Amino acid sequence: MQVNDFLRYTIYGLRAQRLRSFLTALGIGVGIGAVVLLTSLGEGLHHFVLAEFSQFGTNLIAINPGKVTTHGISGALVSNVRPLTIEDTENLKKLPQILDAVSVVQGNAAIEAGSHQRRTTIYGVDASASRVWRFAVAAGRFLPDDPPRAARSFTVLGSKVRQELFGSTQALGMRVRIGGELFRVIGTMESKGQLLGFDLDDAVYIPASKALALFNRESLMEIDLLHSTNSSSTVVAEQVRKVLAGRHGSEDFTITTQEKMLDVLGGVLGTLTIAVGALGGISLLVGGVGILTIMSIAVNERTGEIGLLRALGVGRNQILALFLGEAIVLAAIGGLAGLGLGIGGSWLVSLLVPALPSHTSWGYVVSAELLAALVGLLAGVLPARRAARMHPVEALRAE
Amino acid sequence: MIHLQHIERIFLVGDEEVHALSDVSMTAADGEYIATMGPSGSGKSSLLNIMGFLDRPDSGSYELDGIKVSELEEQQQAEIRRHKIGFVFQFFHLVPRLTAFDNIALPLMLSGMKQEERQVRVNAALAAFGLANRAGHRPDQLSGGQRQRVAIARATIMQPSVILADEPTGNLDRSSGIEVAEILEELNHQGITLIMVTHDPDLGRRARRQILMVDGRIEHDKLWYPEETAHADP
Repeated sequence: MQVNDFLRYTIYGLRAQRLRSFLTALGIGVGIGAVVLLTSLGEGLHHFVLAEFSQFGTNLIAINPGKVTTHGISGALVSNVRPLTIEDTENLKKLPQILDAVSVVQGNAAIEAGSHQRRTTIYGVDASASRVWRFAVAAGRFLPDDPPRAARSFTVLGSKVRQELFGSTQALGMRVRIGGELFRVIGTMESKGQLLGFDLDDAVYIPASKALALFNRESLMEIDLLHSTNSSSTVVAEQVRKVLAGRHGSEDFTITTQEKMLDVLGGVLGTLTIAVGALGGISLLVGGVGILTIMSIAVNERTGEIGLLRALGVGRNQILALFLGEAIVLAAIGGLAGLGLGIGGSWLVSLLVPALPSHTSWGYVVSAELLAALVGLLAGVLPARRAARMHPVEALRAE
Repeated sequence: MIHLQHIERIFLVGDEEVHALSDVSMTAADGEYIATMGPSGSGKSSLLNIMGFLDRPDSGSYELDGIKVSELEEQQQAEIRRHKIGFVFQFFHLVPRLTAFDNIALPLMLSGMKQEERQVRVNAALAAFGLANRAGHRPDQLSGGQRQRVAIARATIMQPSVILADEPTGNLDRSSGIEVAEILEELNHQGITLIMVTHDPDLGRRARRQILMVDGRIEHDKLWYPEETAHADP
């Protein structure tokens, strides 16, 4: 039997019971629609979160003091840890693949301007920070390239701090007091919004050496590196490890590449998408039961036809294939309708609720359609087997 | 050539064994015209089903054109049935959603013949059976006689060597019945072996050879010559 004849015969069979076939296909359609819509939202979330994180660039490497290991005695080695220093940052800057490096000290302190006061997050950084983190300055300029240990008392305000302290008045050139020390405002930042609940605009940037003094620290909390995009982050991380281990005598620090972090995050979000898609799969399961029911009824109704086909020299296997094929075609048609529902639905969602990110991935669409066909196949097995096992004489007698 | 030897067919009805066929042996030569008659439950339909290997005998052997059919697998039997045997039923067994054309083309389609080839064969058959202007009609738009002609066209489209007809006129009025009988006889004249099960003694009398079955056995198996008919029934 040729494929187009097979399809024609199947379609005729489905068309003979239009309403019934339509409703059954609709069951699968709703299931596939739910899968596509939910995975679209999951994928949208995935893309959204990854984009949020990679706004700082994907070729970042972070170094933190201390080594996270699963063995060793906790606490006993702490005294041996050599802190990360501004000199470490300066040394790493000399590596050929490192485009920029920024020393980071972070803490909370009060900032005063005239009668206004606010507690905010203080970042002790250096001139590189705006390049490494891709922070843009709204007015004035970022911290100057002063010698790291002899930086002048300049500060740059996040947009929210600027708004809270100065309102609509001029902030540039004003003097502010941070933790009791006097700083001159030389710039204000563009608004960056929030990242996972942290307000990136509620921040103040001062030179790292000033922050060390302010918080009475001896060491940096982190060094962030920007490496060139044409060298792999693992290779760069290995070189950084060698340089630092050489300086410190042992590996008492942890290197995290942005790429690896995004990988882990992507993995988690991917699992989330699949889990959400599986929820939609439940309605697909219900649609599958619908196909099972309708095919069972069809086999009953067409018992005489099955007998006839056997009399015309059709073998059991071909009978099996005919009814399986019908179930698959029914499910696949429903699946196609479901793809329309799902894609249309996610388009509608993005139209009505722009804040809710949605992204329809073709991989999911194709696998949803294959899944529909698979559901049809599984649902068709029992009825088709019953059709194939019928005794032709008894089947002929049924009409 | 059909050759049956010691065919037994036993059905279980409740816990009682019913011998639908017991020790049936017979031979039908190529081109024969045989009417099988007998009361209900005498085994004549069972015999026809065995001949078309829609049913397997419990014992005995069956040879068709030199092939030992009873020893074959289901799939091989289906293959032989497709090419050598045409069935005609009392209730036509047309597929209701297909047109006359598609019903006749069904065996060709199932065997994988290309559409263009099918077109030629089926159109010829439609013309031969006087159905040319009924090609696009579905069974419910055809008269009983036309339906049976479609069924016969379907049974012969694969050019089988044997036609097995189970009460082919049983569901038709008298004139359509005669018409159908004449069509089947014409096919028999062209060399197809025609084996027909019937209740109707008038129809049975038209066959050259008549087999009378009673309780699963062949009671009479006689040749009936037209001359005798002429003498006996002036």
